[in-house]
Amino acid sequence: MSRDLIIQAIVSGLLMGLIYALVAVGLSLIFGLMEIVNFAHGEFLMIAMFSSFWLWFLAGLDPLLSLPLVVAILGVAGLLVHFGIIRHLLSAPMLAQVCGTFGLAVALRAGAQFLWTPDFRTIANPWIAGRVQIGPIFIGQPQLVAGAICLLAFVALWLFVTRTETGLALQATSQDRQAASVMGIPTDRMSALGWAIGLGCVGVAGSLLSTFFYIFPDVGVNFALLAFVAVALGGFGSILGSLVAGILIGLVESLGGLLVDPSYKTLIVFGLYLAVVLVRPNGLFGRF
Amino acid sequence: MSMLLDVKGLTKRFGGLTANADITFDVKRGEILGIIGPNGAGKSTLFDLITGFQPPDAGEVFLDGRRITGLRPDLVSALGVARTFQKLKPFPDLTVIENVIVGALARTAHMRAARDAALESLAFVDLLEKRNHFARELSTGQRKRLELARGLATQPRLILMDEVTGGVDQRTIPGLVELVLELKRRGVTIVTIEHNMQVMMRIADRILALHAGRRIAFGAPEEVRKDAAVVDAYLGSAADAA
Amino acid sequence: MASDQARMLEAARAEPLWPRPPLWATLAGAAIAALLLVFPFVFTATFHHHLLILICLYALMAQSWNVIAGLSGQISLGHAIFFGIGAYASTVLFAKYGITPWFGLLAGMFISALAAIAIGIPTLRLKGHYFAIATLLIGSSVQIIFQRWEWVGAASGLYVPIVRAQPWLYLQFHASKVPYYYLALGAAAAAYLIVWKLRRSRLGFRLQAVRDEPEAAASLGIAVAKHKVLAFMISAAMMSVAGTFYAQYVLVLDPERLFSVDISIIVVLMTVLGGTGTLWGPALGAAILVPLSEYSRIWLGGTGRTIDLFVYGILILLICMWRPAGLLSLFEERIRRRGGQR
Repeated sequence: MSRDLIIQAIVSGLLMGLIYALVAVGLSLIFGLMEIVNFAHGEFLMIAMFSSFWLWFLAGLDPLLSLPLVVAILGVAGLLVHFGIIRHLLSAPMLAQVCGTFGLAVALRAGAQFLWTPDFRTIANPWIAGRVQIGPIFIGQPQLVAGAICLLAFVALWLFVTRTETGLALQATSQDRQAASVMGIPTDRMSALGWAIGLGCVGVAGSLLSTFFYIFPDVGVNFALLAFVAVALGGFGSILGSLVAGILIGLVESLGGLLVDPSYKTLIVFGLYLAVVLVRPNGLFGRF
Repeated sequence: MSMLLDVKGLTKRFGGLTANADITFDVKRGEILGIIGPNGAGKSTLFDLITGFQPPDAGEVFLDGRRITGLRPDLVSALGVARTFQKLKPFPDLTVIENVIVGALARTAHMRAARDAALESLAFVDLLEKRNHFARELSTGQRKRLELARGLATQPRLILMDEVTGGVDQRTIPGLVELVLELKRRGVTIVTIEHNMQVMMRIADRILALHAGRRIAFGAPEEVRKDAAVVDAYLGSAADAA
Repeated sequence: MASDQARMLEAARAEPLWPRPPLWATLAGAAIAALLLVFPFVFTATFHHHLLILICLYALMAQSWNVIAGLSGQISLGHAIFFGIGAYASTVLFAKYGITPWFGLLAGMFISALAAIAIGIPTLRLKGHYFAIATLLIGSSVQIIFQRWEWVGAASGLYVPIVRAQPWLYLQFHASKVPYYYLALGAAAAAYLIVWKLRRSRLGFRLQAVRDEPEAAASLGIAVAKHKVLAFMISAAMMSVAGTFYAQYVLVLDPERLFSVDISIIVVLMTVLGGTGTLWGPALGAAILVPLSEYSRIWLGGTGRTIDLFVYGILILLICMWRPAGLLSLFEERIRRRGGQR
């Protein structure tokens, strides 16, 4: 086992981890605001990837160019989901909340399969392709760009939440909905905003992912599972926690795949989840 | 003869807050012990410590001479201790009679016997009419009586009641008071948390007064009412509330 | 006043122990039971037999999920684990050691119950969402393990060796699907009978108490953790039975299919549709969703596309939004009210 291989694994794990983190942060934001787990989160990632694909296939737009458009599509989808579905589930028992978003996930996945067949697709000839060599290691350029944009998105989100009035209101709603409501914060609109931002993050991640990952109806499932793990690790409702946990999962996955056995890397990550929820049920970092 | 309940030096901290500090008291067989104190005095925490819902940081609890400190709630219940909750916890998706049957099943596995016992318990709290309603449909006062009936169906020696008259319609208070006194006549020992001082003076044999997690007075109702620390605590909290 | 009270108590004591369903429901139930018994002779097409076999198996699986979710309030999203265990237990014992699947059936139930203990003891103390996610992840993990496990055929799975002699001993029927139908019907009927009895037992009442308010349940002498694990064990053993029968029916074990999230999901959807916590809800859900799925498959032919899961998903979403307790809940609640007014 050479040192180069390990460095290679660390770098690719780090880059993939940033994408996991961006998917997870949306999930975390939504849960923090309304204590609802969005079981359809992975399916929205799939929708984002297919949006990128069709914009490329039909309009010739490169995924990096169409990224703002995809984010907008997902943001609007977030608003629709919030006002069309989630608001009706808020007072329902937990079972209905779980099954509601679960049902949405099943419908989206099956709908995608029906419309676009279960085939695997890729975007041919994206602007950024190939790989760069840095010393002994190779990095895929799409992954590198994706990682950089993910980081930017995190910085933007962090600034928004901590430096703007709306962002602070969002935080307040997440910490104590009732108190926020008493202070005159429109908590319902904050939840809608949370859904828009949460799915917007998924839009960014999906756009970037589509440049180097297969696009197919089930693609979101595994990402969603990893996002659950990341959110549990980082604590539901915590932005920084999601970032750290996402990267941690990326690293555990790639190093675990290298050091143990590639086929068991997912098991290692799932084991991490169980270990954490059993020992620290509120995650490693708490909220915000 | 030993006391039915003996509490020695119970202490519980939550982070920096001391909810109960070195609380000692006892309960005689067949008496009604009242617990008073302003909000946040640690009354409900004390119930949680005695019934095993929270482990104490220090101190001991003895039931009839047997050490029950930190015992699991279901095991405490099996020894004959029932309780009601300040934040009511009826089983919403069971009917009223089914709620009470769950309590009665603590003493018998026979369904007919459990139902008969449950009916009697419901008759005692005057909720028989509502037996086939779902618990989620009851008013606050009715839910309080349901919790009482459910606890009584376990045939306890000791029942801990958390604010039986709190938040209910003023007109129903005399009925509830009568219920508690009848329970005492039937030989059940009662510890009750109560905000209504009139009610408390009427029913309690002795009173334990708490303030900020500490015991400030313990004894006969008249003495406790005149106790300087108690008057202070209540005037202080009344001034805060105003 | 006091005599009124005494009279009311007497009247209440004289009531039957259990509420009775209305006459029309009893008659309808009897008619459905009779129809199910003679079904293969009235409808002789193999496809119809296949349809009813699947309905019975899914009704059994959904009822199994209903025990853990509806009775004790824990949302398991990994129930395919026990379905797979049932299928593998009987097939491994038969293929490798020649042991009759009847014994494999029991072995599967036993192993599933043990697995439920192993999974349940650490995870059942997690709060709602965390338990659901944990079971989802454990379900995926078990699938990965079986796909890598060489001894049980890894990703290519196992075949049940074909035996034509002594069909009732080896649980293989090659001439007709009718015996499979009666087996599935019998298994489902047994499960519903058991759950019917369970709901009227001390254990059943205690599970519902744990579901509704764990703390209040504990204050009434109920060991909460023990009861949750117990419900999980019963549920797992029931699911395992369906797995064994399914394996004997299709004779092929594919870990991709047996342990798939889809199986875990479908039992949830059926139960939620029919009414979580009701006795007949899971059966109603199966009776609606299985034909939907099978007919859509025929309708779309061999395009490889499916529309059934799409319709399932939308249906469940709508149910959760407008009628979260499921289709049958109001009916069963009305019986439990015994005519009591709202």
